[in-house]
Amino acid sequence: MPTRPLSPHLSVYKLKYTMLTSGLNRITGMGLSTGLVLLVYWLMAVAGGAHAQARAERLLALPMMKLVYAGYIVAACYHLVAGIRHLVWDTGRGLERAQSQRSAWLVVVVSLVLMLLVGYGAWLSMARAP
Amino acid sequence: MSLRTPMRRILGAGSAKQGVHHWWVQRLTAVALVPLSVWFAVSLLALPSFDHATVAAWIGQSWTALLLILLVLVATWHSRLGLQVVVEDYVPGPGARTTTLVLVDFAHALLAAAGVFAVLKVALGGAP
Repeated sequence: MPTRPLSPHLSVYKLKYTMLTSGLNRITGMGLSTGLVLLVYWLMAVAGGAHAQARAERLLALPMMKLVYAGYIVAACYHLVAGIRHLVWDTGRGLERAQSQRSAWLVVVVSLVLMLLVGYGAWLSMARAP
Repeated sequence: MSLRTPMRRILGAGSAKQGVHHWWVQRLTAVALVPLSVWFAVSLLALPSFDHATVAAWIGQSWTALLLILLVLVATWHSRLGLQVVVEDYVPGPGARTTTLVLVDFAHALLAAAGVFAVLKVALGGAP
């Protein structure tokens, strides 16, 4: 840390949920970047043939990985909905304080519904092909 | 030697339309990822099984291969731009920051190339 005086940063503000929804978008985005590694790993395994895919599945089908996939579902649903909110902002709409507070709640509710939907789809898919 | 006049330099008017490039591509890829990610999630969950024959047959369909390649390219691009901003915000010191940015770039180039290569290999029948 530099010894010169620094301008007040995050720590001086009271935490507001509008701050939280914005920060979560960045955090879920970073998480999804690691999901890209997993996706390409899986694609390369499929490209390697049946044996290579079976070898990769020793990692991909670990019971613990279900938790990881659930995390990706949560992150992807949130990042998608919150990202659409950002795109709306980019058109100059919804930037008033009351509007952004309302859309923050809307993002939470819509992404929760989406998470449940996708989670149900994943559960059905798992029941078909464990 | 700079061709800019001193007045232009003082006004900071030398970079018209370049400064917004990062911002614009981040939005462009975001918009493209909305339908691509929904398509990917729905098709993946609709697969009857994840064994090699089923997955390879799925990727072997022309539209699947095409959309998967687009997904890999657009998502890696979006991810690279996003992580760049995170690195610029939180990695202190120009040396560490530049090194991290180079690593982020190399990692994303590798992901994009590997993803496209894998999809093409399966789609063109190279993964029996």
